[in-house]
Amino acid sequence: MILDLSSRLLFHVVMLAGCVVVLVPFVWMISSSFKTAADVIAFPPSWLPNPIVMDNYPQSLSILPMGTAYFNSFKISTLDTIGGLITCSMAAYAFARLRFPGRDGLFFVILATLMIPQEVSLIPLYILFKQIHMIDTHWPLILPPVFQNPYGIFLLRQFFRTIPVELEEAARIDGANPWTIYTRIILPLAVPALVTLGIFIFLYNWNQFLTPLIYLNSTENFTVPLLLSSYLSDYGSEWGLLMAACTIAMAPLIVVYALGQRYFIEGIALSGLKG
Amino acid sequence: MRRDTAWAYFFIAPQIIGMLAFAVVPMIAVLALSFGSWDLIHALKWVGANNYKDEFSDPIFWKSVTNTLYYTGVFIPASLIVALLVAMVLNRKMALRSWYRAIFFLPVITPTVAVALVWTWLLNPDYGLVNDLLYDVGISGPGWYADIGWAMPSAILVSVWRNFGYSMVIFLAGLQGVPSQLYEAAQIDGAGPWARFRHITLPMLSPTTFFLVVTSIISSLQVFDQVFILTNGKAGPDDATRVIVFHIYELAFRVFAWGQASAATVVLFVAILLITLLQFRFQRWVHYA
Repeated sequence: MILDLSSRLLFHVVMLAGCVVVLVPFVWMISSSFKTAADVIAFPPSWLPNPIVMDNYPQSLSILPMGTAYFNSFKISTLDTIGGLITCSMAAYAFARLRFPGRDGLFFVILATLMIPQEVSLIPLYILFKQIHMIDTHWPLILPPVFQNPYGIFLLRQFFRTIPVELEEAARIDGANPWTIYTRIILPLAVPALVTLGIFIFLYNWNQFLTPLIYLNSTENFTVPLLLSSYLSDYGSEWGLLMAACTIAMAPLIVVYALGQRYFIEGIALSGLKG
Repeated sequence: MRRDTAWAYFFIAPQIIGMLAFAVVPMIAVLALSFGSWDLIHALKWVGANNYKDEFSDPIFWKSVTNTLYYTGVFIPASLIVALLVAMVLNRKMALRSWYRAIFFLPVITPTVAVALVWTWLLNPDYGLVNDLLYDVGISGPGWYADIGWAMPSAILVSVWRNFGYSMVIFLAGLQGVPSQLYEAAQIDGAGPWARFRHITLPMLSPTTFFLVVTSIISSLQVFDQVFILTNGKAGPDDATRVIVFHIYELAFRVFAWGQASAATVVLFVAILLITLLQFRFQRWVHYA
Protein backbone atom coordinates (compact mmCIF):
# COMPACT_ATOMS: atom_id res chain seq x y z
CA MET A 1 0.00 0.00 0.00
CA ILE A 2 2.84 2.36 0.91
CA LEU A 3 4.63 1.34 -2.27
CA ASP A 4 1.47 2.06 -4.23
CA LEU A 5 1.15 5.50 -2.67
CA SER A 6 4.76 6.45 -3.34
CA SER A 7 4.60 5.24 -6.94
CA ARG A 8 1.44 7.30 -7.45
CA LEU A 9 3.24 10.30 -6.02
CA LEU A 10 6.21 9.68 -8.30
CA PHE A 11 3.93 9.57 -11.35
CA HIS A 12 2.33 12.86 -10.40
CA VAL A 13 5.74 14.45 -9.92
CA VAL A 14 6.83 13.26 -13.38
CA MET A 15 3.59 14.43 -14.99
CA LEU A 16 3.72 17.81 -13.29
CA ALA A 17 7.31 18.27 -14.48
CA GLY A 18 6.10 17.50 -18.00
CA CYS A 19 3.30 20.04 -17.66
CA VAL A 20 5.81 22.68 -16.57
CA VAL A 21 7.90 22.03 -19.71
CA VAL A 22 4.79 22.31 -21.89
CA LEU A 23 3.34 25.38 -20.16
CA VAL A 24 6.47 27.50 -19.50
CA PRO A 25 6.69 28.81 -23.10
CA PHE A 26 3.07 30.03 -22.87
CA VAL A 27 3.66 31.59 -19.45
CA TRP A 28 6.84 33.27 -20.65
CA MET A 29 5.09 34.55 -23.77
CA ILE A 30 2.34 36.21 -21.68
CA SER A 31 4.77 37.50 -19.06
CA SER A 32 7.08 39.02 -21.69
CA SER A 33 4.14 40.70 -23.42
CA PHE A 34 3.45 42.81 -20.29
CA LYS A 35 7.06 43.95 -19.82
CA THR A 36 8.76 47.18 -20.84
CA ALA A 37 11.39 47.05 -23.58
CA ALA A 38 14.11 47.28 -20.91
CA ASP A 39 12.57 44.71 -18.56
CA VAL A 40 12.05 42.11 -21.24
CA ILE A 41 15.80 41.70 -21.79
CA ALA A 42 16.81 42.28 -18.15
CA PHE A 43 19.09 39.80 -16.41
CA PRO A 44 18.32 37.96 -14.20
CA PRO A 45 14.91 37.46 -15.83
CA SER A 46 11.85 37.93 -13.63
CA TRP A 47 8.87 35.63 -14.02
CA LEU A 48 6.38 38.37 -13.27
CA PRO A 49 6.46 41.68 -15.11
CA ASN A 50 7.24 44.62 -12.83
CA PRO A 51 5.85 47.11 -13.62
CA ILE A 52 3.01 45.60 -15.64
CA VAL A 53 2.69 47.58 -18.86
CA MET A 54 -0.13 47.22 -21.39
CA ASP A 55 1.50 49.30 -24.15
CA ASN A 56 2.62 46.29 -26.19
CA TYR A 57 -0.97 45.31 -26.99
CA PRO A 58 -2.33 48.52 -28.55
CA GLN A 59 1.05 49.03 -30.22
CA SER A 60 1.19 45.56 -31.79
CA LEU A 61 -2.37 46.03 -33.04
CA SER A 62 -1.57 49.38 -34.64
CA ILE A 63 1.80 48.69 -36.33
CA LEU A 64 0.43 45.76 -38.36
CA PRO A 65 -3.23 45.00 -39.16
CA MET A 66 -3.79 42.11 -36.74
CA GLY A 67 -7.55 42.73 -36.61
CA THR A 68 -7.79 42.42 -40.38
CA ALA A 69 -5.62 39.28 -40.32
CA TYR A 70 -7.99 37.76 -37.78
CA PHE A 71 -10.96 38.56 -39.97
CA ASN A 72 -9.15 37.07 -43.03
CA SER A 73 -8.16 33.88 -41.21
CA PHE A 74 -11.64 33.50 -39.77
CA LYS A 75 -13.30 34.07 -43.14
CA ILE A 76 -11.01 31.65 -44.99
CA SER A 77 -11.13 28.90 -42.36
CA THR A 78 -14.93 29.17 -41.96
CA LEU A 79 -15.53 28.97 -45.71
CA ASP A 80 -13.08 26.05 -45.96
CA THR A 81 -14.91 24.26 -43.18
CA ILE A 82 -18.49 24.80 -44.35
CA GLY A 83 -17.65 24.19 -48.00
CA GLY A 84 -15.48 21.16 -47.22
CA LEU A 85 -18.16 19.61 -45.02
CA ILE A 86 -20.79 20.03 -47.74
CA THR A 87 -18.75 18.57 -50.63
CA CYS A 88 -17.19 15.78 -48.53
CA SER A 89 -20.48 14.67 -47.01
CA MET A 90 -22.15 14.67 -50.43
CA ALA A 91 -19.43 12.50 -51.95
CA ALA A 92 -19.24 10.31 -48.86
CA TYR A 93 -22.99 9.70 -48.99
CA ALA A 94 -22.80 8.60 -52.63
CA PHE A 95 -19.85 6.28 -51.96
CA ALA A 96 -21.45 4.84 -48.82
CA ARG A 97 -25.01 4.33 -50.03
CA LEU A 98 -25.67 4.76 -53.75
CA ARG A 99 -24.93 2.21 -56.44
CA PHE A 100 -23.49 3.54 -59.65
CA PRO A 101 -21.06 2.41 -62.34
CA GLY A 102 -17.41 3.12 -61.51
CA ARG A 103 -18.07 3.59 -57.80
CA ASP A 104 -15.28 1.38 -56.45
CA GLY A 105 -12.77 2.54 -59.05
CA LEU A 106 -13.44 6.21 -58.36
CA PHE A 107 -13.24 5.66 -54.62
CA PHE A 108 -9.91 3.92 -55.05
CA VAL A 109 -8.58 6.86 -57.10
CA ILE A 110 -9.72 9.29 -54.38
CA LEU A 111 -7.93 7.21 -51.75
CA ALA A 112 -4.82 7.14 -53.94
CA THR A 113 -4.74 10.96 -54.02
CA LEU A 114 -4.22 10.83 -50.24
CA MET A 115 -0.63 9.90 -51.10
CA ILE A 116 0.00 13.18 -52.94
CA PRO A 117 1.66 15.67 -50.56
CA GLN A 118 0.69 19.34 -50.59
CA GLU A 119 4.04 20.38 -52.10
CA VAL A 120 3.38 18.52 -55.35
CA SER A 121 0.59 20.88 -56.39
CA LEU A 122 2.33 24.00 -55.04
CA ILE A 123 3.99 25.17 -58.28
CA PRO A 124 1.28 24.09 -60.77
CA LEU A 125 -1.50 25.61 -58.65
CA TYR A 126 0.48 28.83 -58.26
CA ILE A 127 0.76 29.03 -62.04
CA LEU A 128 -2.94 28.19 -62.43
CA PHE A 129 -4.06 30.87 -59.97
CA LYS A 130 -1.67 33.35 -61.56
CA GLN A 131 -3.19 32.72 -65.00
CA ILE A 132 -6.71 33.36 -63.70
CA HIS A 133 -5.56 36.47 -61.77
CA MET A 134 -6.22 35.16 -58.30
CA ILE A 135 -2.79 35.89 -56.82
CA ASP A 136 -3.09 38.12 -53.74
CA THR A 137 -6.72 37.07 -53.28
CA HIS A 138 -8.10 34.51 -50.82
CA TRP A 139 -9.44 32.18 -53.53
CA PRO A 140 -6.33 29.95 -53.71
CA LEU A 141 -6.76 29.34 -49.97
CA ILE A 142 -10.47 28.55 -50.30
CA LEU A 143 -11.04 26.61 -53.53
CA PRO A 144 -8.60 23.67 -53.05
CA PRO A 145 -9.57 22.92 -49.41
CA VAL A 146 -13.28 23.07 -50.30
CA PHE A 147 -13.16 20.91 -53.41
CA GLN A 148 -10.28 18.54 -52.73
CA ASN A 149 -10.34 16.70 -49.41
CA PRO A 150 -9.98 12.94 -49.86
CA TYR A 151 -9.50 12.45 -46.14
CA GLY A 152 -12.84 14.07 -45.35
CA ILE A 153 -14.62 11.81 -47.85
CA PHE A 154 -12.96 8.73 -46.39
CA LEU A 155 -13.74 9.68 -42.77
CA LEU A 156 -17.40 10.50 -43.41
CA ARG A 157 -17.95 7.47 -45.62
CA GLN A 158 -16.73 5.23 -42.80
CA PHE A 159 -19.17 6.95 -40.45
CA PHE A 160 -22.14 6.87 -42.83
CA ARG A 161 -21.72 3.12 -43.23
CA THR A 162 -22.42 2.68 -39.51
CA ILE A 163 -25.85 4.35 -39.85
CA PRO A 164 -28.59 1.65 -40.11
CA VAL A 165 -30.09 1.48 -43.61
CA GLU A 166 -33.64 0.67 -42.39
CA LEU A 167 -34.45 4.37 -41.94
CA GLU A 168 -33.53 5.14 -45.53
CA GLU A 169 -35.39 2.15 -46.90
CA ALA A 170 -38.56 3.28 -45.16
CA ALA A 171 -38.09 6.78 -46.58
CA ARG A 172 -37.48 5.35 -50.04
CA ILE A 173 -40.73 3.40 -49.92
CA ASP A 174 -42.44 6.68 -49.05
CA GLY A 175 -40.95 8.12 -52.26
CA ALA A 176 -38.03 10.15 -50.88
CA ASN A 177 -35.19 10.85 -53.32
CA PRO A 178 -31.49 10.63 -52.38
CA TRP A 179 -31.26 14.38 -51.77
CA THR A 180 -34.07 14.23 -49.20
CA ILE A 181 -32.48 11.22 -47.52
CA TYR A 182 -29.07 12.94 -47.45
CA THR A 183 -30.36 16.17 -45.94
CA ARG A 184 -33.13 14.81 -43.69
CA ILE A 185 -31.70 11.49 -42.45
CA ILE A 186 -27.95 11.19 -43.02
CA LEU A 187 -26.73 14.68 -42.09
CA PRO A 188 -28.72 14.99 -38.82
CA LEU A 189 -27.43 11.58 -37.71
CA ALA A 190 -23.85 12.44 -38.67
CA VAL A 191 -23.51 15.60 -36.57
CA PRO A 192 -20.78 14.16 -34.26
CA ALA A 193 -18.64 13.10 -37.25
CA LEU A 194 -19.25 16.44 -38.97
CA VAL A 195 -18.18 18.34 -35.85
CA THR A 196 -15.00 16.26 -35.56
CA LEU A 197 -14.09 16.75 -39.22
CA GLY A 198 -15.11 20.42 -39.04
CA ILE A 199 -12.72 21.14 -36.16
CA PHE A 200 -9.95 19.39 -38.07
CA ILE A 201 -10.54 21.34 -41.30
CA PHE A 202 -10.83 24.65 -39.44
CA LEU A 203 -7.61 24.22 -37.45
CA TYR A 204 -5.66 22.82 -40.38
CA ASN A 205 -6.49 25.82 -42.53
CA TRP A 206 -6.19 28.34 -39.69
CA ASN A 207 -2.62 27.12 -39.08
CA GLN A 208 -1.57 27.00 -42.75
CA PHE A 209 1.56 29.00 -43.52
CA LEU A 210 3.21 27.92 -46.77
CA THR A 211 0.20 28.54 -49.03
CA PRO A 212 -0.63 32.05 -47.68
CA LEU A 213 3.11 32.80 -47.92
CA ILE A 214 3.22 32.12 -51.65
CA TYR A 215 -0.20 33.51 -52.63
CA LEU A 216 -0.59 36.71 -50.58
CA ASN A 217 1.43 39.89 -51.13
CA SER A 218 -0.55 42.77 -49.58
CA THR A 219 -0.44 43.05 -45.80
CA GLU A 220 -4.18 43.70 -45.63
CA ASN A 221 -4.81 40.26 -47.16
CA PHE A 222 -2.54 38.38 -44.72
CA THR A 223 -3.72 35.57 -42.48
CA VAL A 224 -2.72 35.42 -38.80
CA PRO A 225 0.32 33.07 -39.20
CA LEU A 226 1.59 35.05 -42.19
CA LEU A 227 1.21 38.36 -40.35
CA LEU A 228 3.08 36.90 -37.35
CA SER A 229 6.01 36.15 -39.61
CA SER A 230 6.04 39.82 -40.73
CA TYR A 231 6.17 40.94 -37.10
CA LEU A 232 9.33 38.85 -36.79
CA SER A 233 10.97 40.21 -39.91
CA ASP A 234 9.94 43.85 -39.23
CA TYR A 235 10.23 44.09 -35.43
CA GLY A 236 12.61 41.20 -34.77
CA SER A 237 14.22 42.56 -31.62
CA GLU A 238 11.17 44.05 -29.89
CA TRP A 239 10.32 40.95 -27.94
CA GLY A 240 7.60 42.44 -25.76
CA LEU A 241 5.77 43.54 -28.89
CA LEU A 242 6.27 40.18 -30.63
CA MET A 243 5.02 38.22 -27.61
CA ALA A 244 1.94 40.46 -27.40
CA ALA A 245 1.23 39.63 -31.06
CA CYS A 246 1.72 35.89 -30.34
CA THR A 247 -0.59 36.09 -27.33
CA ILE A 248 -3.26 37.79 -29.43
CA ALA A 249 -2.82 35.09 -32.08
CA MET A 250 -3.04 32.19 -29.64
CA ALA A 251 -5.45 33.32 -26.91
CA PRO A 252 -8.78 32.62 -28.67
CA LEU A 253 -7.57 29.19 -29.82
CA ILE A 254 -6.53 28.29 -26.27
CA VAL A 255 -9.85 29.48 -24.82
CA VAL A 256 -11.87 27.45 -27.33
CA TYR A 257 -9.61 24.46 -26.70
CA ALA A 258 -10.13 24.76 -22.93
CA LEU A 259 -13.89 24.62 -23.49
CA GLY A 260 -13.94 21.61 -25.80
CA GLN A 261 -10.55 19.89 -25.59
CA ARG A 262 -12.14 16.44 -25.89
CA TYR A 263 -13.46 17.22 -29.38
CA PHE A 264 -10.13 18.69 -30.45
CA ILE A 265 -8.17 15.65 -29.28
CA GLU A 266 -10.61 13.25 -30.94
CA GLY A 267 -10.77 15.30 -34.13
CA ILE A 268 -7.05 15.66 -34.57
CA ALA A 269 -6.07 12.22 -33.33
CA LEU A 270 -8.53 10.78 -35.83
CA SER A 271 -7.40 12.85 -38.76
CA GLY A 272 -3.67 12.96 -38.23
CA LEU A 273 -2.97 16.68 -38.22
CA LYS A 274 0.76 17.27 -38.02
CA GLY A 275 3.00 20.13 -38.84
CA MET B 1 -31.47 1.12 -57.96
CA ARG B 2 -30.43 2.13 -61.49
CA ARG B 3 -31.99 5.61 -61.21
CA ASP B 4 -29.42 6.38 -58.48
CA THR B 5 -26.68 6.88 -61.08
CA ALA B 6 -27.58 10.46 -61.99
CA TRP B 7 -27.97 11.35 -58.32
CA ALA B 8 -24.64 9.74 -57.47
CA TYR B 9 -22.75 11.72 -60.10
CA PHE B 10 -24.42 14.89 -58.82
CA PHE B 11 -23.26 14.07 -55.28
CA ILE B 12 -19.66 13.26 -56.18
CA ALA B 13 -19.20 15.93 -58.88
CA PRO B 14 -17.78 18.73 -56.66
CA GLN B 15 -15.07 16.55 -55.15
CA ILE B 16 -14.28 14.73 -58.41
CA ILE B 17 -13.83 18.03 -60.27
CA GLY B 18 -11.72 19.30 -57.34
CA MET B 19 -9.61 16.16 -57.38
CA LEU B 20 -8.90 16.57 -61.09
CA ALA B 21 -8.20 20.32 -60.87
CA PHE B 22 -6.23 20.43 -57.62
CA ALA B 23 -4.50 17.03 -57.41
CA VAL B 24 -4.38 14.96 -60.62
CA VAL B 25 -3.70 17.71 -63.18
CA PRO B 26 -1.12 19.48 -60.91
CA MET B 27 0.64 16.16 -60.40
CA ILE B 28 0.98 15.66 -64.16
CA ALA B 29 1.89 19.34 -64.61
CA VAL B 30 4.73 19.23 -62.07
CA LEU B 31 6.12 16.19 -63.85
CA ALA B 32 5.96 17.99 -67.19
CA LEU B 33 7.49 21.16 -65.73
CA SER B 34 10.37 19.16 -64.27
CA PHE B 35 11.38 18.20 -67.83
CA GLY B 36 10.94 21.68 -69.22
CA SER B 37 12.01 25.26 -69.13
CA TRP B 38 9.33 27.90 -68.83
CA ASP B 39 9.13 31.64 -68.22
CA LEU B 40 5.29 31.82 -68.00
CA ILE B 41 5.17 33.69 -71.34
CA HIS B 42 6.57 31.48 -74.09
CA ALA B 43 5.60 27.86 -74.59
CA LEU B 44 7.08 25.22 -72.32
CA LYS B 45 10.40 24.10 -73.80
CA TRP B 46 11.44 20.47 -73.45
CA VAL B 47 14.90 20.23 -71.87
CA GLY B 48 14.99 16.53 -71.10
CA ALA B 49 16.59 15.59 -67.79
CA ASN B 50 18.57 18.83 -67.53
CA ASN B 51 16.68 20.10 -64.48
CA TYR B 52 17.41 16.85 -62.68
CA LYS B 53 21.06 17.01 -63.73
CA ASP B 54 21.27 20.59 -62.44
CA GLU B 55 19.71 19.62 -59.12
CA PHE B 56 21.77 16.47 -58.62
CA SER B 57 25.01 18.32 -59.33
CA ASP B 58 24.08 21.16 -56.96
CA PRO B 59 25.66 20.78 -53.51
CA ILE B 60 22.87 23.00 -52.09
CA PHE B 61 20.30 20.40 -53.12
CA TRP B 62 22.24 17.62 -51.38
CA LYS B 63 22.67 19.84 -48.37
CA SER B 64 18.87 20.21 -48.20
CA VAL B 65 18.44 16.45 -48.58
CA THR B 66 20.89 15.61 -45.77
CA ASN B 67 19.41 18.34 -43.56
CA THR B 68 15.92 16.90 -44.07
CA LEU B 69 17.18 13.39 -43.27
CA TYR B 70 18.99 14.73 -40.20
CA TYR B 71 15.77 16.39 -39.00
CA THR B 72 13.74 13.24 -39.70
CA GLY B 73 16.28 10.89 -38.16
CA VAL B 74 16.46 12.76 -34.85
CA PHE B 75 12.91 14.14 -34.58
CA ILE B 76 11.16 10.79 -34.98
CA PRO B 77 12.96 8.76 -32.28
CA ALA B 78 13.01 11.75 -29.91
CA SER B 79 9.31 12.59 -30.24
CA LEU B 80 8.16 8.94 -30.22
CA ILE B 81 10.19 8.04 -27.12
CA VAL B 82 8.86 11.07 -25.22
CA ALA B 83 5.32 10.32 -26.43
CA LEU B 84 5.51 6.62 -25.47
CA LEU B 85 6.92 7.34 -21.99
CA VAL B 86 4.21 9.90 -21.26
CA ALA B 87 1.49 7.61 -22.67
CA MET B 88 2.66 4.69 -20.50
CA VAL B 89 2.55 6.85 -17.37
CA LEU B 90 -0.89 8.17 -18.32
CA ASN B 91 -2.25 4.70 -19.15
CA ARG B 92 -3.63 4.02 -15.67
CA LYS B 93 -6.52 5.20 -13.61
CA MET B 94 -5.24 8.22 -11.73
CA ALA B 95 -6.47 11.59 -10.61
CA LEU B 96 -5.97 14.52 -13.03
CA ARG B 97 -5.41 12.09 -15.91
CA SER B 98 -7.56 13.98 -18.42
CA TRP B 99 -5.99 17.26 -17.30
CA TYR B 100 -2.50 15.98 -18.05
CA ARG B 101 -3.65 14.68 -21.42
CA ALA B 102 -5.25 18.03 -22.28
CA ILE B 103 -2.14 20.00 -21.31
CA PHE B 104 0.27 17.76 -23.25
CA PHE B 105 -1.98 18.05 -26.29
CA LEU B 106 -2.25 21.85 -26.10
CA PRO B 107 0.82 22.64 -28.28
CA VAL B 108 -0.60 20.44 -31.08
CA ILE B 109 -3.54 22.82 -31.70
CA THR B 110 -1.47 26.01 -31.68
CA PRO B 111 -0.20 27.47 -34.99
CA THR B 112 3.33 26.27 -35.72
CA VAL B 113 4.32 29.79 -36.72
CA ALA B 114 3.28 31.25 -33.33
CA VAL B 115 4.99 28.38 -31.49
CA ALA B 116 8.20 28.88 -33.46
CA LEU B 117 8.08 32.62 -32.78
CA VAL B 118 7.77 32.06 -29.02
CA TRP B 119 10.66 29.60 -29.16
CA THR B 120 12.75 32.09 -31.14
CA TRP B 121 12.42 34.29 -28.07
CA LEU B 122 13.02 31.46 -25.56
CA LEU B 123 16.14 30.32 -27.43
CA ASN B 124 17.50 33.82 -28.09
CA PRO B 125 21.27 33.41 -27.61
CA ASP B 126 21.70 36.69 -25.67
CA TYR B 127 18.44 37.34 -23.80
CA GLY B 128 16.48 34.07 -24.04
CA LEU B 129 15.01 32.33 -21.01
CA VAL B 130 16.65 28.99 -21.85
CA ASN B 131 20.18 30.37 -21.81
CA ASP B 132 19.40 32.40 -18.66
CA LEU B 133 18.30 29.22 -16.90
CA LEU B 134 21.35 27.35 -18.18
CA TYR B 135 23.54 30.18 -16.86
CA ASP B 136 21.96 29.72 -13.42
CA VAL B 137 23.18 26.13 -13.30
CA GLY B 138 26.63 27.11 -14.55
CA ILE B 139 26.29 26.21 -18.23
CA SER B 140 27.12 28.68 -20.96
CA GLY B 141 24.27 28.13 -23.43
CA PRO B 142 24.88 27.70 -27.17
CA GLY B 143 23.84 30.10 -29.92
CA TRP B 144 20.84 27.88 -30.79
CA TYR B 145 19.35 28.86 -34.17
CA ALA B 146 22.23 31.29 -34.79
CA ASP B 147 24.85 28.54 -34.46
CA ILE B 148 25.78 26.19 -37.31
CA GLY B 149 25.84 23.10 -35.12
CA TRP B 150 22.81 24.00 -33.00
CA ALA B 151 20.39 25.39 -35.61
CA MET B 152 18.90 22.03 -36.60
CA PRO B 153 18.71 20.70 -33.01
CA SER B 154 16.81 23.90 -32.15
CA ALA B 155 14.26 23.21 -34.88
CA ILE B 156 13.96 19.59 -33.70
CA LEU B 157 13.45 20.72 -30.11
CA VAL B 158 10.59 23.01 -31.16
CA SER B 159 9.02 20.23 -33.24
CA VAL B 160 9.22 17.67 -30.43
CA TRP B 161 7.67 20.15 -27.99
CA ARG B 162 4.86 20.94 -30.40
CA ASN B 163 4.10 17.46 -31.72
CA PHE B 164 4.72 14.78 -29.09
CA GLY B 165 1.18 15.24 -27.73
CA TYR B 166 -0.24 13.93 -30.99
CA SER B 167 1.79 10.70 -30.90
CA MET B 168 1.00 10.40 -27.17
CA VAL B 169 -2.74 10.34 -27.89
CA ILE B 170 -2.27 7.67 -30.58
CA PHE B 171 -0.03 5.59 -28.27
CA LEU B 172 -2.64 5.88 -25.49
CA ALA B 173 -5.27 4.47 -27.83
CA GLY B 174 -2.88 1.62 -28.71
CA LEU B 175 -2.07 0.89 -25.05
CA GLN B 176 -5.75 0.66 -24.21
CA GLY B 177 -5.98 -2.19 -26.70
CA VAL B 178 -3.43 -4.32 -24.81
CA PRO B 179 -5.33 -6.87 -22.67
CA SER B 180 -4.43 -6.48 -18.98
CA GLN B 181 -4.49 -10.29 -18.53
CA LEU B 182 -1.20 -10.43 -20.43
CA TYR B 183 0.49 -8.29 -17.79
CA GLU B 184 -1.13 -10.22 -14.95
CA ALA B 185 -0.01 -13.56 -16.37
CA ALA B 186 3.52 -12.26 -16.92
CA GLN B 187 3.67 -10.93 -13.39
CA ILE B 188 2.65 -14.34 -11.99
CA ASP B 189 5.45 -15.86 -14.08
CA GLY B 190 7.86 -13.46 -12.39
CA ALA B 191 8.47 -11.00 -15.24
CA GLY B 192 9.81 -7.65 -14.03
CA PRO B 193 8.75 -4.24 -15.37
CA TRP B 194 11.41 -4.22 -18.11
CA ALA B 195 10.56 -7.75 -19.27
CA ARG B 196 6.87 -6.84 -19.39
CA PHE B 197 7.65 -3.72 -21.41
CA ARG B 198 10.04 -5.56 -23.73
CA HIS B 199 7.92 -8.67 -24.33
CA ILE B 200 4.33 -7.39 -24.02
CA THR B 201 4.02 -3.62 -24.48
CA LEU B 202 6.47 -3.20 -27.36
CA PRO B 203 5.23 -6.12 -29.51
CA MET B 204 1.57 -5.33 -28.85
CA LEU B 205 2.16 -1.71 -29.80
CA SER B 206 4.08 -2.50 -32.98
CA PRO B 207 1.18 -1.63 -35.35
CA THR B 208 0.70 1.72 -33.57
CA THR B 209 4.42 2.47 -33.59
CA PHE B 210 4.66 1.51 -37.24
CA PHE B 211 1.77 3.82 -38.15
CA LEU B 212 3.35 6.70 -36.22
CA VAL B 213 6.81 6.13 -37.72
CA VAL B 214 5.44 6.15 -41.27
CA THR B 215 3.19 9.20 -40.82
CA SER B 216 5.97 11.03 -38.96
CA ILE B 217 8.49 10.31 -41.72
CA ILE B 218 6.07 11.68 -44.31
CA SER B 219 5.36 14.85 -42.32
CA SER B 220 9.05 15.32 -41.39
CA LEU B 221 10.10 15.23 -45.03
CA GLN B 222 7.68 18.15 -45.51
CA VAL B 223 8.88 20.23 -42.53
CA PHE B 224 8.88 23.95 -43.30
CA ASP B 225 7.03 26.37 -40.96
CA GLN B 226 9.14 26.07 -37.79
CA VAL B 227 12.42 26.09 -39.71
CA PHE B 228 11.37 29.12 -41.77
CA ILE B 229 10.42 31.13 -38.65
CA LEU B 230 13.37 30.09 -36.45
CA THR B 231 15.83 31.34 -39.04
CA ASN B 232 13.63 34.28 -40.05
CA GLY B 233 12.95 33.28 -43.65
CA LYS B 234 16.54 32.32 -44.40
CA ALA B 235 18.28 28.96 -44.60
CA GLY B 236 20.07 29.32 -41.28
CA PRO B 237 23.79 29.81 -40.64
CA ASP B 238 25.74 28.23 -43.53
CA ASP B 239 22.49 26.62 -44.85
CA ALA B 240 22.30 24.59 -41.65
CA THR B 241 18.49 24.47 -41.67
CA ARG B 242 17.86 24.42 -45.43
CA VAL B 243 15.30 21.61 -45.67
CA ILE B 244 13.95 20.28 -48.94
CA VAL B 245 10.64 22.21 -48.89
CA PHE B 246 12.51 25.43 -48.11
CA HIS B 247 14.80 24.64 -51.04
CA ILE B 248 11.78 24.15 -53.33
CA TYR B 249 10.15 27.33 -51.99
CA GLU B 250 13.27 29.37 -52.64
CA LEU B 251 13.85 27.97 -56.14
CA ALA B 252 10.22 28.46 -57.17
CA PHE B 253 9.22 31.73 -55.49
CA ARG B 254 12.46 33.65 -55.00
CA VAL B 255 14.66 32.52 -57.90
CA PHE B 256 11.71 31.58 -60.18
CA ALA B 257 13.55 28.50 -61.44
CA TRP B 258 10.29 26.60 -62.01
CA GLY B 259 11.88 23.66 -63.83
CA GLN B 260 14.51 22.97 -61.20
CA ALA B 261 12.00 23.49 -58.38
CA SER B 262 9.65 21.02 -60.07
CA ALA B 263 12.44 18.47 -60.37
CA ALA B 264 13.16 18.77 -56.64
CA THR B 265 9.41 18.43 -55.98
CA VAL B 266 9.26 15.23 -58.01
CA VAL B 267 12.19 13.82 -56.00
CA LEU B 268 10.32 14.59 -52.74
CA PHE B 269 7.11 13.11 -54.14
CA VAL B 270 8.80 9.89 -55.20
CA ALA B 271 10.38 9.54 -51.75
CA ILE B 272 7.01 9.98 -50.02
CA LEU B 273 5.32 7.63 -52.48
CA LEU B 274 7.92 4.92 -51.85
CA ILE B 275 7.50 5.20 -48.07
CA THR B 276 3.71 5.03 -48.40
CA LEU B 277 3.91 1.96 -50.63
CA LEU B 278 6.39 0.30 -48.26
CA GLN B 279 3.84 0.91 -45.51
CA PHE B 280 1.20 -1.07 -47.40
CA ARG B 281 3.70 -3.85 -47.96
CA PHE B 282 4.95 -4.14 -44.39
CA GLN B 283 1.69 -3.42 -42.57
CA ARG B 284 0.69 -7.06 -42.72
CA TRP B 285 4.06 -8.18 -41.42
CA VAL B 286 3.88 -5.87 -38.42
CA HIS B 287 0.46 -7.08 -37.32
CA TYR B 288 1.79 -10.60 -36.94
CA ALA B 289 4.97 -9.53 -35.16
